Amino acid sequence: MNIHEYQGKEILRKYGVTVPNGKVAFTVEEAVEAAKELGTQVCVVKAQIHAGGRGKAGGVKVAKNLDEVRTYASEILGKTLVTHQTGPEGKEVKRLLIEEGCDIKKEYYVGLVLDRSTSRVVLMGSEEGGTEIEEVAAKTPEKIFKEEIDPVLGLMPYQARRLAFNINIPKELVNQAVKFMTGLYNAFVDKDCSIAEINPLVVTGDGKVMALDAKLNFDSNALYRQKDVLEYRDLEEEDPKEIEASKYDLSYIALDGNIGCMVNGAGLAMATMDIVKYYGGEPANFLDVGGGATAEKVTEAFKIILSDPNVKGIFVNIFGGIMKCDVIAEGVVEAAKQVGLSIPLVVRLEGTNVDLGKKILSESGLNITAAESMADGAQKIVSLVK
Amino acid sequence: MSVFINKDTKVIVQGITGGTARFHTKQMLEYGTKIVGGTSPGKGGQEVEGVPVFNTVKEAVEATGATASVIYVPAPFAADSIIEAVDAELDLVICITEHIPVLDMVKVKRYMEGKKTRLVGPNCPGVITADECKIGIMPGYIHTKGHVGVVSRSGTLTYEAVHQLTQAGIGQTTAVGIGGDPVNGTNFIDVLKAFNEDPETYAVIMIGEIGGTAEEEAARWVKENMTKPVVGFIGGRTAPPGKRMGHAGAIISGGKGTADEKIRVMNECGIKVADTPSVMGETLIEVLKEKGLYEKCKTH
Repeated sequence: MNIHEYQGKEILRKYGVTVPNGKVAFTVEEAVEAAKELGTQVCVVKAQIHAGGRGKAGGVKVAKNLDEVRTYASEILGKTLVTHQTGPEGKEVKRLLIEEGCDIKKEYYVGLVLDRSTSRVVLMGSEEGGTEIEEVAAKTPEKIFKEEIDPVLGLMPYQARRLAFNINIPKELVNQAVKFMTGLYNAFVDKDCSIAEINPLVVTGDGKVMALDAKLNFDSNALYRQKDVLEYRDLEEEDPKEIEASKYDLSYIALDGNIGCMVNGAGLAMATMDIVKYYGGEPANFLDVGGGATAEKVTEAFKIILSDPNVKGIFVNIFGGIMKCDVIAEGVVEAAKQVGLSIPLVVRLEGTNVDLGKKILSESGLNITAAESMADGAQKIVSLVK
Repeated sequence: MSVFINKDTKVIVQGITGGTARFHTKQMLEYGTKIVGGTSPGKGGQEVEGVPVFNTVKEAVEATGATASVIYVPAPFAADSIIEAVDAELDLVICITEHIPVLDMVKVKRYMEGKKTRLVGPNCPGVITADECKIGIMPGYIHTKGHVGVVSRSGTLTYEAVHQLTQAGIGQTTAVGIGGDPVNGTNFIDVLKAFNEDPETYAVIMIGEIGGTAEEEAARWVKENMTKPVVGFIGGRTAPPGKRMGHAGAIISGGKGTADEKIRVMNECGIKVADTPSVMGETLIEVLKEKGLYEKCKTH
């Protein structure tokens, strides 16, 4: 799960990580009010969307007085920002962060992430702040330093110190940087983060080590024990179809194509998208109904697929293991009747009780095209939507 | 022969009184697996499917001589269950549970360092040695005894591959689901090593998916060490970056973990990769024929 920058900073502040003073604003008036309260000479108007690259897209402006705050706030609020992370359709800005400006001496990068190959959390740092870490990794990998963290010990002070020296934090500020990184690690572990990225971390003219930006992502599997993090969820930043799917414990991701896919198992669901594409079609979604799908879940899955106006046909691909094919077939028939299906439907069933499942489909009186294999099904649905 | 489990493996079921566990205990017993006990705190003394229930893993192991366990405990308590099994010095622990918080697994892995226990999973279908022992949730009947090993990050794609093999008259030794989480107990290389050492396994299908670099590392290991042919498949060629595709570990992030990169490295290391999931079996058969192993692998 993602949260906004201002929310991330709220969390970090509680862990002793220094962040600039700032306030969230939902309207232009609130923005001006916030700037007044901050009372600083210069303040920054920052678009709050769940995507990086806001600065380049015109979503971050430095205002030298209240008039400029008003101008920039009205300019950015309601604007659709297109960044490399939003996709071509962009994201509409509905919240702003009004933050005190600061005198930046130098920008750095500090981040915490899970290293899958060692199964440890790794602290990464670079003196190339402000640029994306992937870019630094590609161009100047020698400028990235890493500290692998033992989960029993946590981030040791010497590790934070070593990283601070390696990325050339001025030596009089190293202790502050250690406190900063320790706070960041504690927040990461306490709040079940999957990513905590500070880009840039800045050293200011008045000798402070500060998080100018904050990107915190959370492990969705741990949200059951992170109720306060869950309150930060902004549903407006998520695809409505994905929200609906999550209510029924369905794993759904919207894509750009026109062939709806309904599959059991994440691996098979990905492979189904791949094979549709392989035969010249474009998948409209990833959808895993899971191992314990019921007729009700299948019906909901159908409704969600059909709520996408681009969908011109549906491919159901099921390998019934523990989940029986007849149960799925009944669900498909029930769903097709309920939603009044008017577009082509190709069903491939394999596995437990497959013959019974096929019989239910063929006797349903519905216009369902049966497929013998995954490849056969993919070819059939691709030709039917053309 | 086989890897990890065989007809003599004695298994306990952790969380045996839950609905899913009860169902699968029955299925496993029907397949012929030696389920000798189960655990459920506070329910010691009861029976499930004729199997005695104990309060703790230690007690269950002492009473039954089990060497393996399978975990169906809900995600919030699963890490504790894995550690309890490791503490009881089991040889093999298979964790079916999905949605375990990743930082819990980081601690589990740290605790397991230097211990003798092998963990398979979590978030996996389990391990099956055809006609001998099934530990997990896979449909048993699609498997036939033979000479091909299967290792996979995905449950249903494993079934797909096994089914294709069985249909084509190619049996399997053992199928191992290593699970779809970013932090797991047993990785591709561990399983490939075991297959390489197993005299009954003549060839291997390795099924990966987007996210992480485990497939690339495994491919390089195969190139250096494997004496048996390996074919592969990678799911998620069409997956968009930055989105978790169902499995917690299936995500392309920071330009890493793409299917194309995995396939490129696998090809480079001599692993033939199936173009579509429909031809995993066919691709293996082609390679078996090339290597003169087809007749030896054909079961009927």
